[in-house]
Amino acid sequence: MYGSDFEDPETVGQPGASALLDEVESAERDLHEAAARTVATGGSTGPGADAALQDYFDAVIAADQKIEPRDWMPGAYRKGLIRQIAQHAHSEIIGMQPEGNWITRAPSLKRKAILLAKVQDEAGHGLYLYAAAETLGSSRDELVELLITGRQKYSSIFNYPTLNWADVGAIGWLVDGAAIVNQVPLCRCSYGPYARAMIRICKEESFHQRQGFEILYTLARGTAAQRQMAQDAVDRWWYPSLAMFGPPDSDSTHSEQSMAWKIKRFSNDDLRQRFVDMCAQQASVLGLSIPDPDLRWNEERGAWDYRQPDYAELFRVIKGDGPCNRQRLRHRRQAHEDGAWVRDAGSAYAAKQAARRAGKRATEQVAAA
Amino acid sequence: MTSQPTPAEQTPAATGRAQWPLWEVFVRARRGLSHTHAGSLHAPDAVVALRNARDVYTRRQEGVSIWVVPAAAITASSPDEKDAFFEPAADKVYRHPTFYVVPEGVAHL
Amino acid sequence: MTTVDELLRLGDDALIAAQRLAEWCARGPEMEEDVALANIALDQLGAARLLLSYAGERAGTGTEDDLAFLRDDREFRNCLLVELPNGDFAVTIGKLLFLSVYQLARYDALVDSADDRLAAIAAKVRKESAYHVDHGSLWTVRLGDGTDESHRRMQSAVDELWPYTHELFEENDLRPTWLSTVEPVLAAATLTRPEDGWAPTGGRAGRHTEHLSYLLAEMQVLHRAHPGARW
Repeated sequence: MYGSDFEDPETVGQPGASALLDEVESAERDLHEAAARTVATGGSTGPGADAALQDYFDAVIAADQKIEPRDWMPGAYRKGLIRQIAQHAHSEIIGMQPEGNWITRAPSLKRKAILLAKVQDEAGHGLYLYAAAETLGSSRDELVELLITGRQKYSSIFNYPTLNWADVGAIGWLVDGAAIVNQVPLCRCSYGPYARAMIRICKEESFHQRQGFEILYTLARGTAAQRQMAQDAVDRWWYPSLAMFGPPDSDSTHSEQSMAWKIKRFSNDDLRQRFVDMCAQQASVLGLSIPDPDLRWNEERGAWDYRQPDYAELFRVIKGDGPCNRQRLRHRRQAHEDGAWVRDAGSAYAAKQAARRAGKRATEQVAAA
Repeated sequence: MTSQPTPAEQTPAATGRAQWPLWEVFVRARRGLSHTHAGSLHAPDAVVALRNARDVYTRRQEGVSIWVVPAAAITASSPDEKDAFFEPAADKVYRHPTFYVVPEGVAHL
Repeated sequence: MTTVDELLRLGDDALIAAQRLAEWCARGPEMEEDVALANIALDQLGAARLLLSYAGERAGTGTEDDLAFLRDDREFRNCLLVELPNGDFAVTIGKLLFLSVYQLARYDALVDSADDRLAAIAAKVRKESAYHVDHGSLWTVRLGDGTDESHRRMQSAVDELWPYTHELFEENDLRPTWLSTVEPVLAAATLTRPEDGWAPTGGRAGRHTEHLSYLLAEMQVLHRAHPGARW
């Protein structure tokens, strides 16, 4: 019943949105095609030889096939992936909070249902991603521990507050929009479990961006107060959304190796440009303005010129000094600690049941003897 | 024979508490299709694992069939690949969990 | 024909239960349980929308949103049980078990209602209620028969909530059916079934606990701040 609201949304033109989804489909097709190709193993010099392992790994990557959990992989590839997937998972889980903040106050029952389903999806996505990270040898418990002790980060966007209802729309349109631009290429990531999780997530997320767009579209055509609310939200979320693509390529530390391993497939700046181009068109459909005085179409480049976000602010927020860093972590830590006795109860009951089954079997064996 | 595999001992968290074991979820989407691997989840026992699998992986569509299997109870091999290319002692589906040290990092997701 | 008041009782129970369960979002004891509680909240919310839409049409009092956002607490017909604060996970599970067993019995009976529209709603919603009963039962058993701490918390939740269950049966004779499900669950959970005694009441007549007004203040604040707006 909770799915019915999303299947047939009012048809509102949202340029660029369906092209992204088509890319998810094509990534999935390519995954199947590449799987059918035989990988040339190079000059295999006998089992176990490190060089042979490395050759095979390189050949699999070169053939655009997927590395799977039990394959040999370079230590740095494993480490880098664990870090990236875990941070992605943490972002989904922490990302539940800013939007979750409006579930109990959603202005209509329909909006309440859609928002609750969306935030629930994020819990599911966090769960898929932790599972993908677990295939690399890191338990979810360890990763959650790294999150709540502040030793691993999550996307800095979630350290901004949701101050009015339109923020829910702006998060859907801009934050989820940026996330999709970031995530669609990850559907082609060289690590199989991550690529598969991303295909699943991107498909499920297709409605997220759409619902945000619709919220803003409705508000922009509503009362003066609603329109103002919508513009205020876009004004506050625009630059933090641009910052989601990370520092400019000239300052990015992980990019080159990640590109070679096909973990990352486009540079931060390429993705950011793509996002700006998409939003610039969509903003005019919405009838809202993007708070960038320099935003204009550049005929020569065939792209929009735009003003860069304040990267100094991005680094301050990443370091922990954003408006909500402490609040978000405290919330997560509290939920985890409050749940400890429930998780213990589940484990204790399972142990008792196992002991009872064992006792019963023993009794049966005695009776049979 | 045990009627049900004992849940695998999992890495204790820093709290010293045992994590719920990992389960692999297989879903038959429609009659006539075989069960296929949908993903994994954590649950304290098989009953809860089944309920969670329904919530998480099928969004509770009716008529689908779900299997849950303790990840630790699956014995794995990959005969179509050269064994030499696998990590040693890897007869488990995954390499998890092995106290792998995760480096600190800076997010730019 | 069903009375409008009956539709409001069913619809308001579902709406207020959904609102409370939604408060758990991003606070569940484990991610899988976060997803499960949200599913149940969404089921209740869906049922509430069907029932309130019907009630509004029958009474000519407007849409589901008019009923949800523009009535005052004295006009709500939900039972007191659903408006009680979430408490810890044990209280939430206790509320879920007691409410869902009641709702399942009600919807089971309403499937044969002469009111075709209500019968159709009941047929759809009862499947969801069965799932809620299942979830409430399995966690009641695990908490009751888990650790000493979880047993203590679950017993305390059952003791605290039990008096509020009498109100559910003021207008029907379903208590024996309800007990026939609830008592075995409590027994399996190694919990003591509380004695019957104090039976707080008033919800069905619009006399609520102090909690409901706060719940509505939060739920209705935005909608009421923009009269007539579309969302």
